[in-house]
Amino acid sequence: MTEKPLLRSLEINDRIYETFHTKKYERRQPYVATDPKKLRCVIPGVILKIHAHASKKVIRGEPVMVLEAMKMQNDILSPVDGKVKRVLVKPGQMVVKGELLIEYE
Amino acid sequence: MTTTSTKHLEFEKRASKALRGGGEKAIQRQIAMGKLTARDRIHALLDAHSFYEYDLFVEHRCRDFDMDKKVLPGDGVITGTGTISKHPVCIYAQDFTVAGGSLGQMHARKITKIMDHAIKLGIPIIGINDSGGARIQEGVDSLAGYGEIFFRNTAASGVVPQISVILGPCAGGAVYSPALTDFVFVVDRISKMFITGPEVIKTVLGEEVSMEELGGARVQSEISGNAHFFAHNEVECFHQIKRLVTYIPWNNTKRADPYPPAPPKARYNIEGIIPSVPTKPYDVREIVRAVCDNSDFLEVQEHWAANVITGFARLNGGTVGIVGNQPLVLAGVLDVDSSDKAARFIRFCDAFNIPLITFVDIPGYLPGVDQEHDGVIRHGAKILYAYSEATVPKVTVILRKAYGGGYIAMCSRHLGADFVFAWPTAEIAVMGPEGAANIIFKDEIAASPSPEAVRRQKVAEYTEKFANPYVAAASGHIDAVIAPAETRKILIHALQMTAEKKEARQTKKHGIPPF
Repeated sequence: MTEKPLLRSLEINDRIYETFHTKKYERRQPYVATDPKKLRCVIPGVILKIHAHASKKVIRGEPVMVLEAMKMQNDILSPVDGKVKRVLVKPGQMVVKGELLIEYE
Repeated sequence: MTTTSTKHLEFEKRASKALRGGGEKAIQRQIAMGKLTARDRIHALLDAHSFYEYDLFVEHRCRDFDMDKKVLPGDGVITGTGTISKHPVCIYAQDFTVAGGSLGQMHARKITKIMDHAIKLGIPIIGINDSGGARIQEGVDSLAGYGEIFFRNTAASGVVPQISVILGPCAGGAVYSPALTDFVFVVDRISKMFITGPEVIKTVLGEEVSMEELGGARVQSEISGNAHFFAHNEVECFHQIKRLVTYIPWNNTKRADPYPPAPPKARYNIEGIIPSVPTKPYDVREIVRAVCDNSDFLEVQEHWAANVITGFARLNGGTVGIVGNQPLVLAGVLDVDSSDKAARFIRFCDAFNIPLITFVDIPGYLPGVDQEHDGVIRHGAKILYAYSEATVPKVTVILRKAYGGGYIAMCSRHLGADFVFAWPTAEIAVMGPEGAANIIFKDEIAASPSPEAVRRQKVAEYTEKFANPYVAAASGHIDAVIAPAETRKILIHALQMTAEKKEARQTKKHGIPPF
């Protein structure tokens, strides 16, 4: 059904096996640790309002913007105390899951 | 006489009108899409002249939006009973030519009525789905209809086999009836299943995706695992259903009908399948075909999570459920998807009195952050649960590697296997020799002036001592070491011995499997 995949290797407990990979396995993304200086979008939607701006000091739990998603207006709260370095989105902008919203200094 | 014949004429007039479905134009559109009509599908699937239809004259009850002026023949669904290879079945087929096969109150009632029949009569229910979704004009009544179908799908689960055939769109809430059934059949370029369609995804997310890429037959049978059987056209699909029906019993109080026993085909040489190098792959389905009747193996979910195989075969004429690690794909590891796949299949077999044969060649679980974060613990637990819970005959054959947690999970004696056999090539150990030597002799290897040489020596020592079936045999964890050529004979013997097996379990309302 699928194009014939190539015989690959897979290491399990220090032994390397010859085998085919699955599509899903080939598409794996390497794990990247969460960067506390970056606020990312967790649900797709549209930015309605932005309270934060560059060089503004915010505290943990403070609303930094409003995101409309699934017909709900959600306050996006700052996950950390810090100073905003840049705001990467504009009101009215459509954002996808994982999109960078705010970078902290 | 005149009155009687008038009445007969009236009946014929009404019937022939209803039998035309949505009319010639709509039928031509259906055919242009490469699809058969609902009635033709039923006739293609069932034995010739075996179909009897009910509720042909059912009418919808919607009075809003000028719907009272509309006639929807059969309310867009055909229901009835018939036989497949003489096995009785209840069947319904949504008629896309009638209001797009949309589901209204009476449409749903016809379906729930035939489902109730199936449960009461103890025969399989087959649903052919081809519907644009809820009939919006009927509002919440149509939602109620879906809910009542789901409720019966759940009630019928484990009582009668339930088969869903997706031959057109099946979107939104409608997808959950197939999802609750035992086997879902899809056809390339015809089946489309999704919760939210491309339009909504585009509006909400700005992502563009075609129906085919979102929820086409290939996606559902390769990526999501929602479908169990993939066919290139409707005729192939019906052939697959006919085959499946012969392997499964009518209901949970019966066994599958026996077939005349037949030896495996001569071209499958069981001795020559497993490579001598333990890290080389082979196709475990060759082992299955070398053992089972007529080398006939009906694989379930062939294209999804192919690192484990599931399917039906016969041994000495009786149906068995086969589960096996597949060294050809991801070295045969267990992971999130393959655990789900195996667990569901095991539970089907247990519910319907089908003995389980497990072929083991497993290096362990798939390592990776994605696996851990996707819940390989929770998913992996399902296979332990399913095997432990199953009281049907369980026979295990360890072909090659059986390491660590994978050894336990693959229907080991400890999870209640009735018989565990091992080939001389079996390696039943806590892990592979390389991993074990690296841990046990870590300090010794590190302290040596030539660590690589010491490591190789230790691996060799460990292999010599533990990479065999005899350590497990010495503890009685396996019952016998068997020559590969004896496998079929011994499996048939084991099934004969376990034919009247009874195993008691604690009384409970139901268990709580790690869904």
